[in-house]
Amino acid sequence: MARLNVSPTRMVLQELTRRLATAKRGHKLLKDKQDELMRNFIVAIRKNMSLRDQVEEALSESFKDFMLASAVMNPERLEQAVSFSKFRVEAEVEESNMMSVHVPQITFHQVPLPGFEPKTAQDGVEGLAAESALQPTGQSYGYAQTTVDLDEAISSLQDTMDLLLELAELEKVCQLLAADIESTRRRVNALEYRTIPDLEETITYIRMKLDENERATITRLMKVKDMISEEGAL
Amino acid sequence: MHKVAVVGDRESVLGFRALGLEVHTPTTPDQARKAVDSLAKEGAAVIYITEALAQLIPDTIARYDDKIMPAIIPIPDRQGSRGLGKAAIYKRVEKAVGHNIFNE
Repeated sequence: MARLNVSPTRMVLQELTRRLATAKRGHKLLKDKQDELMRNFIVAIRKNMSLRDQVEEALSESFKDFMLASAVMNPERLEQAVSFSKFRVEAEVEESNMMSVHVPQITFHQVPLPGFEPKTAQDGVEGLAAESALQPTGQSYGYAQTTVDLDEAISSLQDTMDLLLELAELEKVCQLLAADIESTRRRVNALEYRTIPDLEETITYIRMKLDENERATITRLMKVKDMISEEGAL
Repeated sequence: MHKVAVVGDRESVLGFRALGLEVHTPTTPDQARKAVDSLAKEGAAVIYITEALAQLIPDTIARYDDKIMPAIIPIPDRQGSRGLGKAAIYKRVEKAVGHNIFNE
């Protein structure tokens, strides 16, 4: 390890001892942070993996259905059919703090578009209520001009949606955690293998140098004393 | 309130429109880049992008890696998964742990 380039004085020694104490304390704190982050990360990434498997499988299925639908149907009509959604999906993002890593917490809402607000109890005619119970997914196109493949594709997509939304938050959290774990590890290692050994070595060096100076002073004094007493004897 | 958007080829992702997500169907890498950037600027919270398109614009996606928003999530398209999403997870594990503990 490299010794720091400082002059071996008492003042520098004091300063370095203080820095060593800070470095050791920082190292301990960062190490604890790293361990906790890692624990959270492993839990999250395991969940992420299984969720992604599920989502990919389900999505591939519904995309296949959708492709069949788009092959059979006239493209304009298809576009028209899917364009009239009753809802818009919106997300609310809150920042939460996980071991001083800012991670998003995303909650999703289905916001009814104007004209499709849920009907209140008063005007809930029996027939209407029954109809809406038949279409809980909020399908908004008529059955006449669309194929059954489209219905299936959309309803399976709807089922996947919850997983897909959950996946979004989880992946982002994992991504941010991974980046922060990496930088924390670098800092821990830098302290452990560079800063602390360097400081320790420099401190030892200064101590040695100061001790050596002290011994030199003593011998010099003894020598001077000898010389003085020799002069007096003459 | 933030948007939730899907970017991908028309045949794959049009269905999401029926569920109330904003759907963009760029055909060239340039258009895809613009779509993602403008969505991010408009404050989209989540952007799902098909792996086929994500492969074409890795640098644009990487720019949002360390931001809280938007979360850009690769999804398979009608040709099935290319393993890009899985690869990204493995890469994250490797980055965090030092090597891939889910060895595959």
